[in-house]
Amino acid sequence: MALTKNEIAKRIAQELVNNTYVNLGIGIPTLVANHVPSDINVEFQSENGILGMGPFPKEGKEDADLINAGKQTITSLPGAVLFDSALSFSMIRGNHIHLSVLGAMQVAENGDIANWKIPGKMVKGMGGAMDLVTSSNNIIVAMTHTNRQGQSKLLKRCTLPITGVSCVKKIVTDLAVIEVTSKGFKLTEVAPSVSEDEIINSTDADLIIDKNLKTMVL
Amino acid sequence: MINKTIASVDEAIFGVKSNMVLMFGGFGLCGIAENCINALSKTKIKNLTCISNNAGVDDFGLGLLLKKRQIKKMISSYVGENDEFERQMLSGELEVELIPQGTLAERCRAGGAGIPAFFTPAGYGTEVQGKKEVRVFNKKKYILEHALNADFAFVKAWKGDTLGNLIYKGTARNFNPLMAMAGKITVAEVEHLVPAGELDLNQIHTPGIFVQRIFKGSFYEKRIENRTITKP
Repeated sequence: MALTKNEIAKRIAQELVNNTYVNLGIGIPTLVANHVPSDINVEFQSENGILGMGPFPKEGKEDADLINAGKQTITSLPGAVLFDSALSFSMIRGNHIHLSVLGAMQVAENGDIANWKIPGKMVKGMGGAMDLVTSSNNIIVAMTHTNRQGQSKLLKRCTLPITGVSCVKKIVTDLAVIEVTSKGFKLTEVAPSVSEDEIINSTDADLIIDKNLKTMVL
Repeated sequence: MINKTIASVDEAIFGVKSNMVLMFGGFGLCGIAENCINALSKTKIKNLTCISNNAGVDDFGLGLLLKKRQIKKMISSYVGENDEFERQMLSGELEVELIPQGTLAERCRAGGAGIPAFFTPAGYGTEVQGKKEVRVFNKKKYILEHALNADFAFVKAWKGDTLGNLIYKGTARNFNPLMAMAGKITVAEVEHLVPAGELDLNQIHTPGIFVQRIFKGSFYEKRIENRTITKP
């Protein structure tokens, strides 16, 4: 069975390293905050200007002056800090953020990512994604394996305008965990009850099958 | 003591003319200069170049100026959630320059700080690079980006004093302090305006030297774009 969005987020949460600073993008990445293992301390940064972001507020406690980069109402945790956009991107470009989790429309086997524009159709803009992908030490992409037309989002080369060059380190989809290596995509984990063949058939690029291929534990 | 207080929003936008370059602080609808935007939307000023991280929604924020076709060009990082914007952009009526958010912030900061240009890794190898100069520092590639300035910058703060010193609240700070630095004339609208000396000088985010006009906004809707709650 393909994973739900929450299950993708749960799998990515297993990648969190204790005592690190993490930026979560809009969509599935935002859900990662709901699955932080109890023995892991991380601080979430939102690029609109907060470090120490907490969960969504309880009803009636929403504050128009406290949102995340997805413009959702949020809370701040004890020890949180607020700052302007230039300082925020100093943290990002300056490599002070350890992990960035982003959504994507396409990822190429060399680690290129496309997630900001479909020429002639959808032009929402890159927001902070171009800064994040050039700078974070570790970039993990959270996305469905195929798009709504059933086409693979993992490709030999991106066909959409790219957001960043050779930056993605790992991809967690509803079907698999795939590492981006110097030799291309490496399949390291399959989703429960998803076959290796199904993943190969859903991927428009070569897959190196890891010797220790595992089934995801959620 | 210099007094930058003005009496009304009309005085706040006095001198804004068609074809000018304007900066607007805010992230989404958070921390936008609601009173100034509303006042500008009631004028006949047009052909504006607006520098703002986002473009508001259809009926609020910069969406009001878009709807009245007062904007010729937008310089932003993210413009989703606005149907009229998308329509004008795809039809070619509106010129749009999309730039990475961190680059936008730094270009504003640089404009106010006397730094004409800087190198950033963001956008290298993408459409954003275009014909910009590329340089290698420590084996990494960077592109040259230039500072931004504006004829007017409209910012919103939580508290301010008559000298123009400003304190922001929550994530409503965002681009406001940077654009405050980059405007030839910076107009600050605030929720609470106090006499100089009443703000704690340890807590001021924008020193008044960057602000030319300050006034207390008469009304703040503070619309929430994406209300999300934790269900009990």
